[in-house]
Amino acid sequence: MIAVKNLRKSFGKLTVLEDLTLDLNQGGIYAILGPNGSGKTTFLKVLLGMVLPDKGTIHIDQADISKSNDYRKNLGYLPQIARFPDNITVSELIDMIIDIRQVPAKPEPLVDLFGLNPFLDKKLGNLSGGTRQKVNIVLTFMFDTSVLILDEPTAGLDPVSLIKLKELIADARKQGKIILITSHIMNLVEELADQIIFLLEGEIYFQGSLTELKEKTKEKDLEHAIASLLKS
Amino acid sequence: MIKILKYSFSDLMRSKWSYIYLIFYLILGFVLLFLNNDVSKAIITLMNLIVVLTPLIGTIFGIMYYYNSREFTELLLAQPVSRSKIFFGQYLGIALSLSLSLVIGLGVPFLIYGIFQSTEIFNFSMLLVSGAFLTFIFVALSVLIGLYNSNKIKGFGYAILMWLFLAVIYDGVLLIAMVMFRDYPLDNLALAASFFNPIDLSRIMILLKLDISALLGYTGALFQKFFGTGAGLVTSLFILLLWIVIPVGMMLKKSKSKDF
Repeated sequence: MIAVKNLRKSFGKLTVLEDLTLDLNQGGIYAILGPNGSGKTTFLKVLLGMVLPDKGTIHIDQADISKSNDYRKNLGYLPQIARFPDNITVSELIDMIIDIRQVPAKPEPLVDLFGLNPFLDKKLGNLSGGTRQKVNIVLTFMFDTSVLILDEPTAGLDPVSLIKLKELIADARKQGKIILITSHIMNLVEELADQIIFLLEGEIYFQGSLTELKEKTKEKDLEHAIASLLKS
Repeated sequence: MIKILKYSFSDLMRSKWSYIYLIFYLILGFVLLFLNNDVSKAIITLMNLIVVLTPLIGTIFGIMYYYNSREFTELLLAQPVSRSKIFFGQYLGIALSLSLSLVIGLGVPFLIYGIFQSTEIFNFSMLLVSGAFLTFIFVALSVLIGLYNSNKIKGFGYAILMWLFLAVIYDGVLLIAMVMFRDYPLDNLALAASFFNPIDLSRIMILLKLDISALLGYTGALFQKFFGTGAGLVTSLFILLLWIVIPVGMMLKKSKSKDF
């Protein structure tokens, strides 16, 4: 469903992704990990079409992403920072994204789930960071997309909403969707991820399940396993 | 594109800065008209303000909106819409809302004063047209600067510098050049120089329309001599249009190859 071939991207002299090849055929939760500057965000942005690769091809659901932007109808994206135009209201924003996408959406259950009803007529500029992040989650999950890209999804969320978000992610997984997550919170990764994709210096250094990673590094928890990957 | 335009326009029309801008023009229009009690004098005073002020406001609004909406633009980029639609839509949203503030802000006082009964109606519309042109030009230039500079401080600096150069420094340099090379025939050079500055060009355009040769100055007089009033007007409007089309084209081209 996602096929990445010989992907290469550099910014000036700095090579961020070097010959990255990756095939994700099965639904599930894939955690993309790696030290700062290892190319995680760049990789996700290339998938989204925000960063244009120097070389290589990406197919999402058989569609070449450099050819048309229609493939993004099948892509949900939860950005790290939730910032919207200050002067439009929450419900206007939701309508706008639905209007732009032109695909059916179900925002109401999510608005109820995160208790956003009192905020629907409030301007986005007046909302707190956490509330904006909840709006962000609604925008991502209200469409039935086959791929979900979540960049640090837990930033700014309170524990109750965090649990709800985890349930949403688990539901999406049950529906056979591909979910790509980056996070610095190892507990979350341990709890959710089916597979770990570890990037180092623009290449895939390790790909496999959590148990495989622990066996390989002979460590008991993910944090130490990652640390020992970096040392070796 | 229309959808993006619709939302960025409605976002900006509700921003307090649009209102401040609108109220400023309302007050300016009323004060000038009712203190002067003379429409043509008010129009000349307004012209001197508008050719400097609309570029400044367009520049500041354009660059501020570009940087402020960066994260939102990223969210839009992740939607199934093309980049040119996103940027063209946002550009039109800013330029239209600013032009609307200008037209309403100055239109209302002049309407109340009775511009339609006056012979100055065409001069007044010329003023609004050139103000709108300058807004569209400088918003395009500042968004272009934003696209080329991911560093906010740098982009802001360049944008203000661009305004300062075109509004103030350009004329000064031209004047110094004229004085230094006064022994040579400079007519054509001066004429060509005005094409490269939309602010100068709008000033000449309004003055040609107002037909006040005393205010035309050196380049303006040349302009009138070479083109005659009618042809001069059409030429300057055409060049102003190029000043919009070229930066917007560059903006769309850059947006297609940029990494966000």
